Amino acid sequence: MQKLVLTEEQQMLKDAAQGLFGEQAPVSQLRKLRDEKDPLGYVPEFWNQAVELGLAGTLIPESHGGSEFGHVGMGQVMEEGGRTLAASPLFASGVLGACALMLAGNDSQKAILNDIATGSHLTALAIDETGRHQPLRVATRAEPQGSGFVLNGSKTFVVDGHIANTLIVSARTSGGERDESGITLFLVDPKAEGVSVERTIFPDGRNYAKVQLQNVAVDADAVLGEKDQGAGPLQKLLDIGSAHMAAELLGLSSEAFDRTVAYMKERKQFGVYISSFQALQHRAAHMWSELEQVKSMVLKAFMALDADDEQASLLASAAKAKASQVAELVTNEGVQLHGGMGMTDEFDIGLFMKRARPAQLLLGDFRYHADRVASLKGF
Amino acid sequence: MTDLDTFRQETRAWLEENCPQSMRSPFKSDKDACWGGRNFQFQSEDQRLWLERMADKGWTAPDWPTEYGGGGLSREEHKVLLEEMARIQARPPLNSFGVWMIGPAILKFGSEALKQQHLPPIVRGEIRWCQGYSEPGAGSDLAGLQAKAEDKGDHFIVNGQKIWTSYADKADWMFALVRTNPDVKKQEGISLVLFDMETPGVSTRPIKLISGESPFCETFLDNVRVEKDQVVGEIDKGWTIAKYLLTHERSMISGFGSTAAGQKTLAQLAVDAVGLEDGKLADPLLRADIASWTIDSIGHELTSERAKDEAKAGQGVGNVSAMLKLAGTELNKRRYELLVAAFGSEGLLWEGDNRPAGALPQQWLRTKGNSIEGGTSEVQLNIIAKNILGLG
Repeated sequence: MQKLVLTEEQQMLKDAAQGLFGEQAPVSQLRKLRDEKDPLGYVPEFWNQAVELGLAGTLIPESHGGSEFGHVGMGQVMEEGGRTLAASPLFASGVLGACALMLAGNDSQKAILNDIATGSHLTALAIDETGRHQPLRVATRAEPQGSGFVLNGSKTFVVDGHIANTLIVSARTSGGERDESGITLFLVDPKAEGVSVERTIFPDGRNYAKVQLQNVAVDADAVLGEKDQGAGPLQKLLDIGSAHMAAELLGLSSEAFDRTVAYMKERKQFGVYISSFQALQHRAAHMWSELEQVKSMVLKAFMALDADDEQASLLASAAKAKASQVAELVTNEGVQLHGGMGMTDEFDIGLFMKRARPAQLLLGDFRYHADRVASLKGF
Repeated sequence: MTDLDTFRQETRAWLEENCPQSMRSPFKSDKDACWGGRNFQFQSEDQRLWLERMADKGWTAPDWPTEYGGGGLSREEHKVLLEEMARIQARPPLNSFGVWMIGPAILKFGSEALKQQHLPPIVRGEIRWCQGYSEPGAGSDLAGLQAKAEDKGDHFIVNGQKIWTSYADKADWMFALVRTNPDVKKQEGISLVLFDMETPGVSTRPIKLISGESPFCETFLDNVRVEKDQVVGEIDKGWTIAKYLLTHERSMISGFGSTAAGQKTLAQLAVDAVGLEDGKLADPLLRADIASWTIDSIGHELTSERAKDEAKAGQGVGNVSAMLKLAGTELNKRRYELLVAAFGSEGLLWEGDNRPAGALPQQWLRTKGNSIEGGTSEVQLNIIAKNILGLG
């Protein structure tokens, strides 16, 4: 059985990512993007550096210009990005877009992988239609028209939707609104007639969009994978995405925790450091203990994904559930233990809470994944 | 075929031939465990035979050196043995504080003479040990212990009282922490000593617990003579060994929450008790609680595994036993609360032969001690806060 430790190469990638995010995308960068209402939502110079380091192609096969470093490797990058709240197209394109094409794409569709690896092509996954994640509830319809289809419906919470070159859209080609079969994935050009993309603003200042599809005509070769059989690859893609979001949550929670502990050691009240109060020590120790559980679960989920283990779905859901739960705990406690300072915009700690909630909800929160764990375990 | 594969094949064949059929099912109750010792009444000839055969191989202490009767197995071989035993649901041949606790301490800190005297009888299950640590006035503040050992040249005379001594009334020997120097910092005047429970002046009294059972005793030490050659390590340096043993004990207790091979999971037991509706546990809020528990239990098992792998690879923060003990015992308490909830009033039937959940009420109450024994959850939080997070 594979040991639950990083290999030397994975550790090197983690260190390199830590260096890059720390120097080129510190928390102050996100703050600036937010304050300036930056239309792009990320800093192109930083994205270019990440691409140069090969991060965008971490999951992509060498034959398509990637480094094929696997989920454990990419997970380290996601975790380090979480620590600095780095905004970049890495998740939407490097994880979701790349894996969607790898799981379901034909040869000509897979050509996009080369452009994802070079950072020149951005993708966005458009699946949610309601505020709560229910990937198999698809009301968007794709009716046959000529040799292709015509799409109607709306999507929400689409990460990087307004900057994507390609939208990956789930739509129903048969069956009722909640049927597992009958879902088809499409590659849609956001510039096509009938597509409207509206950027929506969230507490984390990151990129999300609402996408409207009104009589959008697509060719037959826009179908990604098999018609009506999209739920299979989609579920696998969501396992992958959930694990990587769990890694980002682990990174941001770890950083919020470290900052909170550091603050406890410098803040004085009643003439002593507040770190000397046992009531606070125990809360910190509890959080640390919880973070250790998340660490193990995230690493194991990535190893299972890399090994195509039959437990991968269970482990990915368990990891996303726990990471979401612990992120909520740690960011809430982080603000509380910073006292009044925690409520100010000037202190960074609040930014971690504001990133955590959307990240928790993205691809399913604690409750969604706990329900899935129960179902997978047969109860 | 690798050496490990060969070992697995040989082990499988040996177990097939030597493990009696009646020893191939999970314990039905705590009473099925074999503890060995001078006065142990074997429940069956099979139980006696199983202990004898495993002890002959040294597999009651698989990773101890063969020169002291152990199995001499590597970590990998030990794991294979446990896996092969789990495959046929073989019962542990021996439950032993000797194997789990004082043996490893003697191996690490004891003199050659102590190793030769004490280790082989532990492996063979001939001597049953108990642990004399806590005192009425020294629980969480263990280093504040007062049992006094007076230096009489070649021996000590010990006076004091120990409490929470597991199975002291059934044990043959005790390993105990005693104060050999009252004039120094409390941690620096403690020694770890060994003595026979038949020594004059040793008496025990069982303590009846909330479960109605009495696994623990008070032990009274009244002018008990302890030979100086029965000190493990150096005189006054016992605290280091005590801490080592506590770490060891914490790792052991942290495993209580895990579901052993062949045992039904919490979710399976709840399904048996409550039933399914549309494939889901019929009570949605109980289902949510059990799902949450299941996630935490996966986390705990993976964290235990990661801690071992990191220790082996020389990575990680080390000293994680406090966290594992804290998480494992809190998890076990939750498990039993959820079992009681799942079985409902039927699960709380205190007596009777055909109770649907067996001795669940007694087991549920027993778990309340998990987060107290071996250092309370609060002490574990203190250890994490001070030693790992540097809060103070």
